[in-house]
Amino acid sequence: MLIKKLFVAGAMAGLMGTTAYAADCGPSDQSIRILASDFPAIHAVAGTAEGNCAEAASEFSRNHTTEARQIMNAALTPDPAEYTSVIVANSTLTQLMNDGLVRPLNDLIESHGQNIPDNLKIAIDGNVMAIAFMANAQHLFSRSDILAQVGIDSAPSTYDEVIEAAKAIRDAGIMEYPIVMNLKTGWNVGESFNLVFLAHGGEFFKPGTAEPTVNSEAGIAALETLKAMVEYAHPDHLTQASNETQGLWEAGEAALGIMWGSRGAPILDDEGSSAEVTSNTVLSAAPSVEPGGIPGATLWWDGFTISTNVSDAEAEATFAALASALTPEMVAANNDDAVWLLEGFTPGPAAAGVAATVQGGAQPYPMLPQIGLLHAALGSELSDFLKGDESAEKALADVEAAYRTAAKEAGFLQ
Amino acid sequence: MKHRTFFWFILPTLSAMILFIALPIVSVFIQSLFVQHEQVLVVSESCGPFGCKESTSVDLEATQKLRDEAPLGKFNGLGTYTNRSHLAFAEIGEAWANTETMGEFWRELGDLPFYNALTFTLAYTFIVTPMVLILGMAVAVGVNTLPRKLKGAAIFVSLLPFLVTPLVGSLILFWMVDGDGVIGATIQNIFNDPNLSLKASTGLMWFMLMVYGVWHTLPFSFITFYAGLQTVPADTMEAAQIDGASKWQRLVYVVVPHLMPLVTFVTLMLIMDNLRVFEPIVSFSAEAHARSLSWIIFNDLRESGNPLYGSAGATSLITIFLVVILMMPVLVRTWRDFTRKSH
Repeated sequence: MLIKKLFVAGAMAGLMGTTAYAADCGPSDQSIRILASDFPAIHAVAGTAEGNCAEAASEFSRNHTTEARQIMNAALTPDPAEYTSVIVANSTLTQLMNDGLVRPLNDLIESHGQNIPDNLKIAIDGNVMAIAFMANAQHLFSRSDILAQVGIDSAPSTYDEVIEAAKAIRDAGIMEYPIVMNLKTGWNVGESFNLVFLAHGGEFFKPGTAEPTVNSEAGIAALETLKAMVEYAHPDHLTQASNETQGLWEAGEAALGIMWGSRGAPILDDEGSSAEVTSNTVLSAAPSVEPGGIPGATLWWDGFTISTNVSDAEAEATFAALASALTPEMVAANNDDAVWLLEGFTPGPAAAGVAATVQGGAQPYPMLPQIGLLHAALGSELSDFLKGDESAEKALADVEAAYRTAAKEAGFLQ
Repeated sequence: MKHRTFFWFILPTLSAMILFIALPIVSVFIQSLFVQHEQVLVVSESCGPFGCKESTSVDLEATQKLRDEAPLGKFNGLGTYTNRSHLAFAEIGEAWANTETMGEFWRELGDLPFYNALTFTLAYTFIVTPMVLILGMAVAVGVNTLPRKLKGAAIFVSLLPFLVTPLVGSLILFWMVDGDGVIGATIQNIFNDPNLSLKASTGLMWFMLMVYGVWHTLPFSFITFYAGLQTVPADTMEAAQIDGASKWQRLVYVVVPHLMPLVTFVTLMLIMDNLRVFEPIVSFSAEAHARSLSWIIFNDLRESGNPLYGSAGATSLITIFLVVILMMPVLVRTWRDFTRKSH
């Protein structure tokens, strides 16, 4: 059911499509300045907004940079802010909200976003802080031809099955290191822990507080699972992030991968790889601990926000322009660039993994103000465990100690 | 020079130094004494494409009120300096009490982020600095004895590593030592071990970072010594030759003492440079095996999306303090030379 809700994002959205020719751009002669990450789906949305409303605006500028997360708080703090909108994801929205840099969108939705379905509204206590338009999650990639060679005819669905399959592939002498995962020290290794931790039913914090609870049974179990998988990953795994794992996959050097859904389309396209790899790559749900359990993934959305420190007219024009881009035509023209949450999306093979992961009941990446600090602590302290220098308990105790030190400095713990 | 003239003469330099060096350091120091105010958390319900969930968020009004009352934050004294991320006095005390052998104690100490980074930073400084000094001198002497025609080309080639941006140079080397890269594949071939990886072991990663460090800074010491070699007096060399000194003896007893002021200068520069080793760690993705003091500062400011200015400031000041300690012997020597000459 959830999947249906996700992809058929409200029949009302169709109305927006029919009015696209005379896009509602809000007040004219305003300055619209957008800060966003740099990947095709974001270009599609911001580009369509520019196409619709650049003429009505006095200025329309877009800054697409991979460093968006690093500069956004500083750029939005002055009044007037450097950008009228930032396109964010789960984790980056909290980073802006912590400093009160984005405004509630409720009145703007009333005037220019009547057609936006409720499930796209990111609401905190009823205040809509962002409008989501696409989803992403990590999930399993597998090579059906290689699995068939060792007598496995469907994609593994649990961690144990993944590890068994990897062992079979190694024992058959096909590949020494069949598994790829994003384990680069820092954000990536922290995120890989999060996936397995959530699959084991872990909770990051004591509810309602900033007290960490990763040094728990779920945490230790998650590290043990991770370690068992890493056994079958390339020895350089602590230096590998998305670009490297995608490279290994496209080179045909891996048979089982936990990678981002957004890598699905680039892997399945006819560039950078051989037909043997692309035609046999299957995208399926992230593995769970028990059959039918919670998939080991974090669900992400990308969406747009409006700055607090800009004039109301600029805010209105920016909102109207971006809302005007969320049409079925835009989705149709860029169908394979993302797993769109908008109407008009036809899930292709590249979206199958994310869809199955959402359907399996995976957890969203937590929208907590202090999660960034814990994630950073996980990222810097877990490599000792994966290198084999430390026990799981010691590594998690180190994570909590590092987090506590940082959280005290940031004011989350006293 | 009259005091008055001297004052006007030095004023532009002095004011620039105060403005761009002294004041920022003072500002960093003041910031390092404060931590952020309490973030008032409230339980809220957050909804999105994946359903609704109970979560927490920051109570902006309450937090803003605290911030307005004291914009610098909450005074923490030297608390940041002694916490687990820095000098970790409490953790060291605990480790000392709870460990039986020295080895165990050192392991505990090496697990603390600051001491871990300090170990690598000092090892890097004390291995790379002498290597660069000795090899730089050797290359300079070698190039100096080349026939005139070859000199220009040799100097140009020797300077090349210095012209490459550190981030780019180390990234290129990183790709070359990959299992699929030229150097990595060759090494695998030589040792006949297809799984040998330079990036997977701490020892080899340190080795690689240091090799890179020597490669990158060698031209600096080379060109300085080469310039110095042009000033070695021919008379003295000839006299030594007549006295029957061998080539080696002439190098050690005539050339090197003549170049000693330059050696001091190069040593100072290298210590300062090497102590802030940073780019190769990022380019080599070496964070799992080697972290430096500069890397910790970078990580504090960048990784969590919530910059820890106090923590970064404390590490910066400790680094400055370390630079001063390490350079002390060289500075004292220079001072002695200076006072001796002026009498």
